[in-house]
Amino acid sequence: MTPPDGHGEGLVGKPVTRPNVRRLIHGRGRYTDDITVPHMLHAAFVRSPYGHARVNGIDSTMADGAPGVVRIVTGAEIAEICTPMIAVAAHRPGHKSAPQHMLAVDHACYQGEAVAAVIAASRAEAEDAAELVVVDWDELPAVMDMMEALSPDSPPIHPELGDNLCFQHVIDTGDAAAALAAADFVVEHEFEFGRHTAVTLEGRVILADWDPVEERLTVHQSHQSPYQMQDVYSRHLGIPEHKVRVITPDIGGGFGLKINVHGEEVAIAAISMMLGKPVKYTADRLESFVADYQTRDHLGFAKMGVDADGRITSMDFDNILSVGPYTAYIRFGLAEGVMAINCAAAPYALTDYHARTRVAYVNKGVVGMFRGVGVPIGCAVTEVLVDQAAAKAEIDPVEFRRMNYHTDEDYPLTSVGGYAAKYMSLHRCLDACVDIMDYKALRADQACKRETGVFRGVGVVTFVETAAFGPIYYGPSGARVSTQDGCTVKLEPSGVVRCLTSVTDQGQGTLTGIAQIVADQLGIGMDDIDVIAGDSATTPYGGGAWASRGMAIGGEAALQAGKALKDNILDLAASILQTVPAALTLSGGEIRDVATGEARMGLAELAKVGYFRQDTLPAGTQPELMVTRHYVPGASYFVANGVQGAQVEIDVETGFIKLLGWWMADDCGRVINPLMVDEQIRGGIIQGIGNTLYEHCQYDETGQMLNASLADYLLPMAGEMPDIKIAHVETPIGSTELGANGMGESGTIGAIAALWCAVNDALRPLGAQVTKQPFTPEHILDVIEKAGRT
Amino acid sequence: MNEETTQISLTVNGAPVTRAVAVRRHLVDFLRLDLNLTGSHLACEHGVCGACTVRVDGNVTRGCLMLAVQTDGADVVTIEGLSASGEVADLQKEFEARNAAQCGFCTPGMVLTSAELLAAGGVPSREVIRDHLSGNLCRCTGYQAIVDAVEATAKSRAAAGAGA
Repeated sequence: MTPPDGHGEGLVGKPVTRPNVRRLIHGRGRYTDDITVPHMLHAAFVRSPYGHARVNGIDSTMADGAPGVVRIVTGAEIAEICTPMIAVAAHRPGHKSAPQHMLAVDHACYQGEAVAAVIAASRAEAEDAAELVVVDWDELPAVMDMMEALSPDSPPIHPELGDNLCFQHVIDTGDAAAALAAADFVVEHEFEFGRHTAVTLEGRVILADWDPVEERLTVHQSHQSPYQMQDVYSRHLGIPEHKVRVITPDIGGGFGLKINVHGEEVAIAAISMMLGKPVKYTADRLESFVADYQTRDHLGFAKMGVDADGRITSMDFDNILSVGPYTAYIRFGLAEGVMAINCAAAPYALTDYHARTRVAYVNKGVVGMFRGVGVPIGCAVTEVLVDQAAAKAEIDPVEFRRMNYHTDEDYPLTSVGGYAAKYMSLHRCLDACVDIMDYKALRADQACKRETGVFRGVGVVTFVETAAFGPIYYGPSGARVSTQDGCTVKLEPSGVVRCLTSVTDQGQGTLTGIAQIVADQLGIGMDDIDVIAGDSATTPYGGGAWASRGMAIGGEAALQAGKALKDNILDLAASILQTVPAALTLSGGEIRDVATGEARMGLAELAKVGYFRQDTLPAGTQPELMVTRHYVPGASYFVANGVQGAQVEIDVETGFIKLLGWWMADDCGRVINPLMVDEQIRGGIIQGIGNTLYEHCQYDETGQMLNASLADYLLPMAGEMPDIKIAHVETPIGSTELGANGMGESGTIGAIAALWCAVNDALRPLGAQVTKQPFTPEHILDVIEKAGRT
Repeated sequence: MNEETTQISLTVNGAPVTRAVAVRRHLVDFLRLDLNLTGSHLACEHGVCGACTVRVDGNVTRGCLMLAVQTDGADVVTIEGLSASGEVADLQKEFEARNAAQCGFCTPGMVLTSAELLAAGGVPSREVIRDHLSGNLCRCTGYQAIVDAVEATAKSRAAAGAGA
């Protein structure tokens, strides 16, 4: 019998393992670089060694004659057949960005920007020849400091823009200045969030294959959205869209990096067209560090006002960030700043808020999308101030949060920053997290250890996630970003089911979730369903993977498609069985009588009739055993929230931070697959820890990235990372029948704040507080020393 | 082609192989490009990340730090050969059960490195497992599920050994 909620076999909510992970574990994955095609050539890029330079000319005479070389292609040649990227958000007045050529033509604006491509028979030969290309450079002064970039004296990187201010945005709710002045006390803090980069283990890879006979472009690409890239190749290269097919095979990590449009990749497609041959480009690690779109790079100056009862009344947050020399195409790096000030203070019931974000152009790599997009910044700034306020008010920080959260009577609400929430389960998540971490015991341990000169700290922080953005978000911007997703469900003649989804899976497990959802609708098991994704020519149009949309939007489309196929199956079955559809249901791979549960007919038998024995059906019966449904979210975004806890120990002699424990209580609405959700959370937390403790793209004043290798750029490894305990609070109050709200970024968002708070908690007895991320041992010792001097 | 080559003979996944290889070609390029063994991955090519891990003469080795010509006469095992042998079938099942692989790009290296620890016998502590895996970078999982998978395999092997 199908329970009334429609989740027949009960796969939704179960820790189902991923059918598509087995081949990866056995070394049988198929990533883009694994694919070879006849006549394939290889590309290597000639890149700017300068942070900022004029390109006077390119002499490829020596390289042209090098072994294996087919052609040297300059940025100017690409520009002749390919329109530049212009990322100006139509809905953001005052936003400006210069046209960005796929390869720089005469102006290179960051170290590593490609100016020419060498095409050769092998990658090694292409790299050899790239060293023989002679570029006549004129080094220009580099604008590296975001505050200097914003000063009127700073030379504009793009003179046609007038200055280096990309965009600014102010939020004014109530009267923050007056409320801060009237507050019982005010806490304030300065923040620096260093620039970092995604470091997907598999770099960016593209294999573009232009067929000059059929005038058709087939691209295999390590990318999160084949649909977006189909659109980009079609428009920028002038190819009718139905002649462009983008396939995204197995992908070795995305994290937002691979939703960006990198000019090099469009250039590879253009070069394939020029040569009439397939061309492959695989970014190596050294070029990934300088040429991948990067992330974060914020400053913050923030204050919080508290009244005599310990209630937060007000906050002021001045945010500045740098996004490189261009606004990232096609989604705009502005969101890093806008989301930071929009989501700050979201969990708290303050009334007066002033925030400003200013986005600066500098001669560093372009800032694009990365897990969390600005939200971790707003979260960390808020939570650090909340902890400081709690300390000053002499109220336990957990209790202080409980006092200051929105209450259940407040919903639906819009926070002071403009964060619109139908509901947030703040108190329930706080209780759940404090419970699993045994908060009281940690505080007792902390006090006990301090007696012995050991500095332990505990951070408990609240986060929100904005997930699964809807059409209101991107539509007015003019960006061709699809916020809807689709799913096709097909009953095969043997009674098994195939799904085609516009959601893509870089390891999150979304395709497994899609299978669980559809299988429940059709009353079948995981062995009888397969999911296909990542092909712009054959799957329904949609967004792909970004902003934690896989289950929230793609899952709802799958649910609706599964329901529609179920209806069609029951219509046909009723016709065959001479009954009404309402008398039948699907369960255990059978069409069953609703009243008795008795099996009337197998799906295989029904499919056989539907496909091969239509002669037995009443005249005019048209079986429709394949259906497609799309889902367009109604809200601007779906709301997820939660609480993270961290326990650290700081060696005040060396400045080293040891992670002792980590906890998270998460509410992402309905959990489709707890195994996948838990592993997304853990991976996200570890990325957030890396961002906060280790990762930093260090540039010198001339624009050279100083640590652009995996030996110098630190990342979390197994030895230093904690085990993470997770609790789920499920509030399926989303806009959808499925009730999943998105959760791919929440681990990262909360982890950064948790570490800021835990480290500051450990340092508080010394009068020291961290101000600069990553928290290097040097920074820890600096703040301790500085506190000792004052 | 004026690339300098030399002829090498070795065993790869149990089968004899003889090829002329460019002297500058590293082992994983040789495996991937010459032998189509694409299970070994390249992610840094400077010996940090462990995605290229293979077994050479029984020892876990960074395939990107070894030239193909250095394997003349050697016995090389890749993830393809290790999987086919069944030696790590139990470990691979534990990886699957815990979703200890997400994008899967690091996974062949993780499996080879874990196999080395497991082959040493006993039930290593979580700390020892974490230390042993600390040369293999994973950007997706957070490592805990991988540690769990190795620990569970060690325990079940120890239990089976004790029962035998």
